[in-house]
Amino acid sequence: MILSFDLILLLFVFICAIAAITIRDLLSAVVVLGAYSFFMCLLWTEMAAVDVAFTEASVSAGIGTVLMIGAVSKTKRRSND
Amino acid sequence: MFEFIISHYNYWMYIGLMMVGFYAMMVKRNLVKKIIGMNIFQSAIILFYISTSVKKGASVPILEHAHEGHGAVAHAVDVMQYANPLPHVLMLTAIVVMVATMGVALAVAIMIYKRYHTLEEDEIIMAMKRG
Repeated sequence: MILSFDLILLLFVFICAIAAITIRDLLSAVVVLGAYSFFMCLLWTEMAAVDVAFTEASVSAGIGTVLMIGAVSKTKRRSND
Repeated sequence: MFEFIISHYNYWMYIGLMMVGFYAMMVKRNLVKKIIGMNIFQSAIILFYISTSVKKGASVPILEHAHEGHGAVAHAVDVMQYANPLPHVLMLTAIVVMVATMGVALAVAIMIYKRYHTLEEDEIIMAMKRG
């Protein structure tokens, strides 16, 4: 575990979380959430939890993003807040 | 006191992420935004659990030299060399549950959109009051 790498990844995760809840375009918000999941996956690899990391990359960043994009394309893309 | 706060920086970061998700669940009116907030909240909790398994100088929990000697040569395992794998196994289940919860929530949101033609919470409540 390298301290500076850990801090940079935590900062990226935090920025992605803030961006995902502030963007008004829902499709962009979902894609930013996918980026958040991938940064989380990097963080876990860095914490020596490789099994959790590849489950996160395939299940949460892969299938989760696909489900979200499907739901947004079935409903409205604009959000009021 | 200051040293305590600095040395537990990961916990402060997870609390911050958790609060971002909680804010989105409570304040945002769009239903998809609420689901995104729930996802962030859950992964912050998983991150907290995983961080309890980290040791200084430890590596990935895969046994070294496990395929040599065919079991005849039993060597002692140095525990401090590997990260604790128990929280990893528990949180593996939690990730799958997270995506399953998200799928059910999105299905409910699609049904709500089909009925009320909007995803905004205040507009849905107005339509429900109108009857």
